[in-house]
Amino acid sequence: MRTIEPWVEAPLGAFLTESAARVTLLMTASGQVVAQHGFTRSLDVMAAAALGAGILAATFELAKVMGAPPLDSVVHQGTELGIYLAAFDTPRGRWIGLVVFGPETSIGLVQLFFGRLALDLAHSAPVAEPPRQLLAEDFEGELNASLRALFGR
Amino acid sequence: MSLATELDALTRIAGVRGALIVSPDDGLVIEESLMEGIDGRAVAALVASLAGRMRGLTLALDHPPPVLLHLEAAAGGILAAFAPSGLLVIAVTTAGVNAGQVRLELLDAAERAA
Repeated sequence: MRTIEPWVEAPLGAFLTESAARVTLLMTASGQVVAQHGFTRSLDVMAAAALGAGILAATFELAKVMGAPPLDSVVHQGTELGIYLAAFDTPRGRWIGLVVFGPETSIGLVQLFFGRLALDLAHSAPVAEPPRQLLAEDFEGELNASLRALFGR
Repeated sequence: MSLATELDALTRIAGVRGALIVSPDDGLVIEESLMEGIDGRAVAALVASLAGRMRGLTLALDHPPPVLLHLEAAAGGILAAFAPSGLLVIAVTTAGVNAGQVRLELLDAAERAA
């Protein structure tokens, strides 16, 4: 498991243990990765984050067109693998979780423990820091630090 | 008879706090009749997982598949019956419930569950 925000680690660890999910990705609503477990290549993470955020954005818009209340989660169930994609609110804004699970667990367990993960994250989130100006000279260093945290290099 | 009616026969028994019909593979609720404060989603997901493991265990032991599960705890219990259709019928009970009556109704409900 790799996280950018250290306070995400404990709730995510508990979720992974209890749900038996194979792959999990936490990201902001715009697709910026916050934490990941199970991916080995950075390209896969970036693609999954972008696609996941895109699917949920499309689902929100579809619900709007249909005049239905916003849909917060999507499940794709295959014979070998299932994908659960859900949005939830945190003190740091709206986040999205993408969970890939196999037949060793069930969508019911994934949904149940994902709900708990969302609650735990809401409780664990530290008070938001006041926004600071991002300087060009800091940008590359911060980007590299985030990539190191997520992919270990 | 509808699935909701099947559950009524169970929830009428004194000491039964709720009953559910659950899809065992997904751990999702199909029908529920629960007292306030019982998280049906959690019961469905966890009991379905346990039932799946019990099925796996009996299979590994080369025994016939289980028909009924009965879990007893200090403050209450859970009984779950496997319907011939593959669905799970679950009852959540208090500690002092007449377990024999619940088992009979549960097996009856499981037999009738489509």
